[in-house]
Amino acid sequence: MNALVEVINLTKIYEKKKIALDHMNLTIPRGKIIGLLGPNGSGKTTLIKLMNGLLEATEGEVLMNGHRPGPQTKNWISYLPERTYFHNNMRVDELIRFFCDFYQDFRPERARQMLSNLNISENAKLKTLSKGTKEKVQLIMVMSREAQLYVLDEPIAGVDPAARDYILRTIITNYNENATVLLSTHLISDIEKVLDEVIFIRNGRVILQDTVENIRECRGKSVDAYFREVFAC
Amino acid sequence: MAWNLNSDRPIYAQILDVIQLRIISGRYRPGEKIPSVRDLAAEAGVNPNTMQKALAELERNGLVVTQRTSGRMVTEDMDMIQTTRNKLAREQVSEFIDKMKELGFSKKEVVELFERMGGEDA
Repeated sequence: MNALVEVINLTKIYEKKKIALDHMNLTIPRGKIIGLLGPNGSGKTTLIKLMNGLLEATEGEVLMNGHRPGPQTKNWISYLPERTYFHNNMRVDELIRFFCDFYQDFRPERARQMLSNLNISENAKLKTLSKGTKEKVQLIMVMSREAQLYVLDEPIAGVDPAARDYILRTIITNYNENATVLLSTHLISDIEKVLDEVIFIRNGRVILQDTVENIRECRGKSVDAYFREVFAC
Repeated sequence: MAWNLNSDRPIYAQILDVIQLRIISGRYRPGEKIPSVRDLAAEAGVNPNTMQKALAELERNGLVVTQRTSGRMVTEDMDMIQTTRNKLAREQVSEFIDKMKELGFSKKEVVELFERMGGEDA
């Protein structure tokens, strides 16, 4: 099959002429766990929002299975935004029903299993949960869909290292072999062992797309160390 | 023998070392079934494709064999396990000797020190 996502000449210029994406070209394959890496302000979140149809491109396009972002592609993509968007007065079990209503591919039993593994009560109101626990709940919801593409914007930034390990294990064991996970993060050393590929972006352009093993083989250093070298300030 | 995958070497090579050690030390016994790629990947916290690559490499060098029906098993060829064990031992010793050379020890001094310390242990 052809690529899952194609980014073609994609350009986004915000007001006041701030260029966030600059004629970006990128192909995202199926069945991979891919890290989207770049310094602050390099365009990671802009790219992710364009993939999810939350922004309009200034020029170029992003295609998923050959389709522009729309209701159809939203059925295929499970998206974790960088901020939580749930209503604070909701309980966790209400959230599960909410996701059941919204997404045909949502698997409530999977979500309940993960919530119980992380000792999160379904009766808890979201506003009573800590910031990190809220992030865990949101990630559980997103990973409990049978999507073709999981797009996770900074999924582990706010959670403790033990939960981080659990979440990464969940990503490894839960995703189906034809699905792709695209995740942006700064915590490269925590995450590089679970990645197939990494994409480095700078100033709205892709400067490298390669496998983790190839970088280690050819550069003799971890992706984390290589990132620090490439983006040294 | 835990998954300590912190060096800058390719991850599959580090995984391979761990599994090899588990076979040599008898944690995975000859003829025993090896856990599935997914289970091992989850245990080690690595990408399943990377785990797959390490196991394929072990299959290529013969320490692990694939049975069509029952998945991957440790080889029952004891000679092969012994050969691998000796190879790893030689690597360890030559690494050790290199380090001692850096410290300015002659081979004779190394042997003397080794015997003296071995004596203390006994």
